[in-house]
Amino acid sequence: MTDQQQKDLQHDEVQAGTTTGLAAPSVDVTSSRQNSLWSDAWGQLRRSAIFWTGAVLGVIFVSMALFPSLFARGVDPRDCDLANSKGTPSAAHWLGFDQQGCDYLANVVYGARNSLLIGVLGVLGVLLLGVVVGAIAGFYGRLTDSVLSRIADIFYALPLILGALVLLRVGPSTGLPVISERGPGAVAVALAAFGWMTAMRLVRSQVIAVKSSDYVAAARAMGASDFRILVRHILPNAVAPVLVYATITIGVLIAAEATLTFLGVGLQPPAISWGLQIAQGQSLLRTAPHLVLFPSIILTLTVMAFILMGDALRDALDPRQRS
Amino acid sequence: MGRYIARRLLLTIPVLIGASFLIFAMVYALPGDPIRALAGDRPLSQAVMAQLRDEFNLTDPLWLQYVKYVGDLVQGDLGTDFRGRPVLDTILLRLPVTVRLAVVAIAFEVLIGVVAGVLAGIRKNGFFDNLVLVSTTVIVSIPILVLAFVSQFVFGLQLGLFPIAGTTQGWYSYLLPGLVLASGSLAYVARLTRTSIAENMRADYVRTARAKGLPNKTVIVRHTLRNSLIPVVTFIGADIGTLMGGAIVTETVFNLPGIGRAVFDSVRAQEGAVVVGIVTLMVFFFIFFNLVVDVLYAVLDPRIRYD
Repeated sequence: MTDQQQKDLQHDEVQAGTTTGLAAPSVDVTSSRQNSLWSDAWGQLRRSAIFWTGAVLGVIFVSMALFPSLFARGVDPRDCDLANSKGTPSAAHWLGFDQQGCDYLANVVYGARNSLLIGVLGVLGVLLLGVVVGAIAGFYGRLTDSVLSRIADIFYALPLILGALVLLRVGPSTGLPVISERGPGAVAVALAAFGWMTAMRLVRSQVIAVKSSDYVAAARAMGASDFRILVRHILPNAVAPVLVYATITIGVLIAAEATLTFLGVGLQPPAISWGLQIAQGQSLLRTAPHLVLFPSIILTLTVMAFILMGDALRDALDPRQRS
Repeated sequence: MGRYIARRLLLTIPVLIGASFLIFAMVYALPGDPIRALAGDRPLSQAVMAQLRDEFNLTDPLWLQYVKYVGDLVQGDLGTDFRGRPVLDTILLRLPVTVRLAVVAIAFEVLIGVVAGVLAGIRKNGFFDNLVLVSTTVIVSIPILVLAFVSQFVFGLQLGLFPIAGTTQGWYSYLLPGLVLASGSLAYVARLTRTSIAENMRADYVRTARAKGLPNKTVIVRHTLRNSLIPVVTFIGADIGTLMGGAIVTETVFNLPGIGRAVFDSVRAQEGAVVVGIVTLMVFFFIFFNLVVDVLYAVLDPRIRYD
């Protein structure tokens, strides 16, 4: 029965003063609230093998960062014996030993904390810069937008690794608070400083897309301030694409941290980092390839965890892709 | 079109100036005294040091140093490094290596990326399609650093198929680093081609072509492929600009003496003039190829018109 037929039937029944029951709507649309974007997305995510693969890997590496001793089988990464130098994997020491004779499993496991810390801090920095600059550029438009967009263009033309490389090399001599200490904070700041542009463009385009909507005009008519309109009415529209971007970017920044550390400007010994392990194993690739291979595998799996989750989120949050 | 290009060219000037100033400002905050480092064990007299500082404009305020630098730059003078060697010579010596590496990488993107994308796209959800989807996800997740070492280990050390460092074997030495450098873009090209082909397979003009009885091959090659490849060609074009500046890791791991390696060495050695010169060149490539791509878009797709 089509809607029109049903309506006609109901009209006829009212006219005749009878009820057949046929005119009652087959589905009670008023009682079950329509699904939101998020519950739809969760419904889709739950059935996605890609998402679960990424989520399980993500949980493993996050717990590895929080409780490394559980995964290191209780071995202290700095408890070394030179007699074991470059020892190959065995039943007692699953990943063998590094050049100094330290248990390699413990070292690889303890490397997770710095990587994840820098990935998460870096993305928070990217979001802070990207959302603030993007919202201001999109909302105020005109000259403000032109100036901010040109600044983003300038940063966009510099490759992330190159910009961060120079900033971290200069960092210690600048005397600025975080950037002059050669720790995870400095790496995160350098990555955020040269990586915020895509988030800015994402937020800016979302703000421009909705700022002339009727509901924004209504909020303004009711006397809402610019700040309130932006935060309560405009920015929530950008949450979905920004969330997808942020998830993938955590993985990208973790890879970038390892690269910068490998190039010698990121974390410095005695910090424990996969980038440092790869750099130290590099010259021993012929004699002890496991020194490069194990941190490489774990690094790749960590990056993959976030990229898989981001991919699955993108598919789930894009209603156009749903069948 | 002419007016569009002119406007775009004008817009590149502030970006070029901004990016080079950004690097300039950071580089000239580099720690230490390069003149004192240059002198080494035998200390120079105060007068000589003062004269050298003067020669490299190290006593001027930052903005004046930059203005002097740009003034020389527009006359084709990129300055000299602290050993007196012109920066332009370094660039001209190193650039061919980077260009060759980029050419090999682009060739892989086209050969592997486009072909895999086409095969996946014409049978969406088939076995090959899923294979491409899974393998591109894996490839995108592998950091270039890791891929470089793993390929060195497997193809260079274990199988002995490729040289793992240097450029002694001509173009052959560029194959492995080229493939590593291309990997991320290659996966993206495959996905882009796949999506684009799958979308166009449902287009009205493809149905028309089939309806008038054209053989499958003609429909795919003449009708679907031609339109589907427009976004792919433009992505690859823009990627040339990125590859020219993004090869720091690949050139370092494979020990290729290109501009990526040069800029990395110069950052470490505090050779400010070399860093600023090469980075400005990289930014120029990036902007230039993006402009070419935007123009190319209008040439390839008559539905797009500027002005």
